Amino acid sequence: MSTGTYSPKPGAAPVGRMIAAQTALETRMLLRNGEQLLLTVIIPSLLLVLFSTVDIVDTGADKAVDFLAPGVLALAVLSTAFTGQAIATGFERRYGVLKRLGASPLPRWALMTAKTLAVLVTEVLQVALLTAIALALGWSPEGNPASVLLLLILGTAAFSGLGLLMAGTLKAEATLAAANLVFLLLLVGGGVIVPLDKFPEPARSLLELLPISALSDGLRDVLQNGASMPWGNALILAVWAVLGLGAAAKFFRWE
Amino acid sequence: MGNESVDSAVRVRGLVKRYGSKTAVDGLDLDVRAHTVTAVLGPNGAGKTTTIETCEGYRRPDGGTVRVLGLDPLADAAALRPRIGVMLQSGGVYSGARADEMLRHMAKLHAHPLDVDALIERLGLGSCGRTTYRRLSGGQQQRLALAMAVVGRPELVFLDEPTAGLDPQARRATWDLVRELRADGVTVVLTTHFMQEAEELADDVAIVDAGRVAAQGSPEQLCRGGAENTLRFTGRAGLDLGSLLKALPDGTAAAEPLPGTYRITGTVDPQLLATVTTWCAQHGVMPEGISVERHTLEDVFMELTGKELRS
Repeated sequence: MSTGTYSPKPGAAPVGRMIAAQTALETRMLLRNGEQLLLTVIIPSLLLVLFSTVDIVDTGADKAVDFLAPGVLALAVLSTAFTGQAIATGFERRYGVLKRLGASPLPRWALMTAKTLAVLVTEVLQVALLTAIALALGWSPEGNPASVLLLLILGTAAFSGLGLLMAGTLKAEATLAAANLVFLLLLVGGGVIVPLDKFPEPARSLLELLPISALSDGLRDVLQNGASMPWGNALILAVWAVLGLGAAAKFFRWE
Repeated sequence: MGNESVDSAVRVRGLVKRYGSKTAVDGLDLDVRAHTVTAVLGPNGAGKTTTIETCEGYRRPDGGTVRVLGLDPLADAAALRPRIGVMLQSGGVYSGARADEMLRHMAKLHAHPLDVDALIERLGLGSCGRTTYRRLSGGQQQRLALAMAVVGRPELVFLDEPTAGLDPQARRATWDLVRELRADGVTVVLTTHFMQEAEELADDVAIVDAGRVAAQGSPEQLCRGGAENTLRFTGRAGLDLGSLLKALPDGTAAAEPLPGTYRITGTVDPQLLATVTTWCAQHGVMPEGISVERHTLEDVFMELTGKELRS
């Protein structure tokens, strides 16, 4: 057979190269989307600046920023791993992107790895930006960076599981609405900018079991109070991660 | 058996697929020879897309066997996927991605992709520029999906309604690409509503109706087999049709529905035409307005399914 332009020469790229390409594309899609940037960058930054400089909420801390910075870091993880990922993945499912990639050489596990890496890249950018803003506002963080890192990773796992569960089971429009609503509710009731001790019992005890509360409270324990490792909060996040990722793996529909 | 499996790109036997109580595919057999173009032709809801998507590994059959390039689309998915190219009926692209960006990305998932710039040029996607997918025209979206199906240099491509919604010029461009793919040894399976598309492109046509293949063969075979053609002419009234029929092959019929108007039905081939004109010459008859009405794929389709294709 003669060799022409389209003569078959099939083959998958090495899986590492596929994951790198997919991660780069997913990250570009996240950063290009205006609504996503509002959620992941602008809202956390504005909340940090506003509540640190204007005395709206009594945080109980000497400097408001010492209370707010850990909460806003938790919010950044929520916005990217949960809200952003749920909405983006929901629409990728709706528009057949997941389906089309399913027929490509990219294995599903590699696609999910790339999605996770894209979330982590975005979070690194968020943490760098928010840390810079907080330091400029006079933040003096304490504690062990390794504990902070572990909490952020556990939080990412917990929120990713819940976000993917939503994206893989609901209609894209429902995911859009629900993910934004959950973001708003957790922002208010998850110890991000409003201390949980402002809530009466038993609401407070229940709110403390939320993944956002565990993450913001855990980060605060380390960064504000210099605790070595808040194992209770880490355990709550780990349980959410196992439940969320397990349910997503079981119920996620690709089309 | 050995040779058969080498030459067979797709082999479907007794495929059954149900969605709830609805049976979408009901005992379908389909063969696609390697290095040919096969058109799966049928009305909406006939089971075309379900069949194709089962071959692509998207659907788990409720019955029957499916082999694509000798592999099971589900059990051997990892081995099969790099070897096939898929064009979905719609979608498949990030709404915020640009055409060239998505195509370059698909290329990166393959070991020996086509030259992306040349492919963009070939399919006229250069004019998309920085426009994101959601703002591309329907035709541009179709051409991008086609490009994504071929960029990995697959052995076999599945094109689900590749020209639906295209203007005639864009349709021609797509047909040209399919012909080039075939010339370079790529096997093509496409579904279509367009009779002309099947006639122009396909080595084999599978007519699908109600979840089964009603007939499969080359367009010529399908038009010949079972379907009778008609030869008409006018001449002097009252010709001796019995004498004419003696000269013609068995199974041919001749009639004079109106005085001086003649109709001959049967397998109208060049030999039959020559026999008729020779007979006329011998009898001093000038056959005027001689015409052959060839059975088209459309006629065959109507006879087999009792339906008209939407086009």
